[in-house]
Amino acid sequence: MAALRASHTNNNFLVAFVVAFPLGVFALWFGRRAETRVVDRDGPEKDEQLARAARRVAVAGITLGAMLAIGLGIWSAWTGLEDVQEIFFSPEHLGDSAGLVSGWPASGPIFEGFLLNVKIFVVAEILVLVWALVVALVRDMPGRAAAPLRWLAIAYVDIFRGLPAIITIYLVMFGLPITQLPGMKEGEFFGPDASFLGFDQVEMLGIFALVLIYGAYVAEVYRSGIESVHWSQRAAAQGLGLSRGQSMRYVVVPQAVRRVIPPLMNDFIGLQKDTALLNIAGVFEGFAAASNYANNNFNLSSVTGLGICFIIITIPMTRLTDYLVKRGRQRTQAAFA
Amino acid sequence: MSAVVEVRGLVKRFGLTTVLEGVDLDVAEHDVVCLIGASGSGKSTLLRCINGLEPTNSGTVVVNGRQVIQDDIKLNRLRRDVGIVFQAYNLFPHMTVLDNVTLAPRKVLHLSASDADARARPLLERIGLADKADEYPDRLSGGQQQRVAIVRALAMQPKLMLFDEITSALDPELVNEVLLMMRQLAEEGMTMIVATHEMGFARDVASKVCFLHEGKVLEEGPPSKIFSSPQNERTAEFLKRTLDAGRM
Repeated sequence: MAALRASHTNNNFLVAFVVAFPLGVFALWFGRRAETRVVDRDGPEKDEQLARAARRVAVAGITLGAMLAIGLGIWSAWTGLEDVQEIFFSPEHLGDSAGLVSGWPASGPIFEGFLLNVKIFVVAEILVLVWALVVALVRDMPGRAAAPLRWLAIAYVDIFRGLPAIITIYLVMFGLPITQLPGMKEGEFFGPDASFLGFDQVEMLGIFALVLIYGAYVAEVYRSGIESVHWSQRAAAQGLGLSRGQSMRYVVVPQAVRRVIPPLMNDFIGLQKDTALLNIAGVFEGFAAASNYANNNFNLSSVTGLGICFIIITIPMTRLTDYLVKRGRQRTQAAFA
Repeated sequence: MSAVVEVRGLVKRFGLTTVLEGVDLDVAEHDVVCLIGASGSGKSTLLRCINGLEPTNSGTVVVNGRQVIQDDIKLNRLRRDVGIVFQAYNLFPHMTVLDNVTLAPRKVLHLSASDADARARPLLERIGLADKADEYPDRLSGGQQQRVAIVRALAMQPKLMLFDEITSALDPELVNEVLLMMRQLAEEGMTMIVATHEMGFARDVASKVCFLHEGKVLEEGPPSKIFSSPQNERTAEFLKRTLDAGRM
């Protein structure tokens, strides 16, 4: 029944669009031609203005026409949309799964699950920032003595950038606990009874896997930043008597980090989203909770709600970094003064 | 007078190109040595070899009685006493003018922030940029930036200053403020090696002028001698070309 209705409404939409669109294009072409003619004849200023006005009307006409067609389509498809709304955006299920009905602070499974995602990516991001810088600096170490270390760093990046995230997560989270590796036994850091910042063993391993994956990406981002700082900056620093390490620390790395903030944000958003992958190994985070709810209630609104949560937290962070980068530029560069 | 710099048979190659082909150079205390010559004659490379920014292929460089070898710790020690200023200023764009000047005194000489400030402010005062202490370098004119770069090197109280064509990137009207500062330094007795295209400066200020051509010092002597009666025909040719270009 729903399928029938959907195909019927689609046709309506199509007809409206097919009629309105060529009309709009024709109007635009006509207006443009009229304008060109007047300008070609080098006619009086008044005529030219008239022709321009005609074109503006045509442009507005095509936009309005298209909007009208789409509106018409939506209106005729309304009954189908009700299904869409019920399946993806049911207020009842949205509120229930998020726990918003019981008041603030929300205590629904999605909200609590998502809170775990947030905790995981905050900790993982901090660890990634540090770990990736270490890898990038090791890759940049000079001299023959450091060659084995450099190779190690290169191999690490190659492996974990190439492995699909889900495979790394799977291997780390299911594999490591059953090994007898140091740190994995009872009472040790990654042991079955482990607890760190309120994370249990599974969550800790999940964070470890995410840091492994994103450390490889972010190390490359750092490295491109470090290499983008002109060598003359190092020459100036070392010319003043700063050691190689000091030149890196005070001159090269601060400039490099400022330059890579936008791509760094990209990787962080990726990391935030990939926290949802940890559910495959039994971390009961937002997606696990949402799909659980969806299965029990035959309704996907809980998953949509979780999706909205992910979008909402990335937007302010992106805008904030854009703002900070812009402000930093305004402070240091004359072009913006 | 003791020798500050002693270069013997210095050879420097970049891949297959030989940039310096056995250069000898002596610089005594309070000397102002000007290196002149066409672009690519090896002036900049020579300066960079003197403070160890470039490893050499053969020959010896001795600065303040220490041989310059590619050893990180020894080079860091050596560079404390050797200031270098570059054509492109190379100020640190992410630091204020004051931080640029105090970075090395704080991190290399381990002065406290206030001691480093006390050292930097009078220097900035001297070049009339005390009010720019908290500005970022990119907001300054080229001449101001280059003067800050000189002050940054001076804040380490070096025994020797190397200047690598420091007016070449400046607009003509900004050149004089930088040259004036170098003249003052020379008058105060600073030992300086200056790679330059400013022949007027070389003639007035230098105690010795060296003409470099294709990696060799072809002719050296007091400016009065070099500029009025060059012995080598290449020197004469170079000076004539420079004169024709209105650089004298």
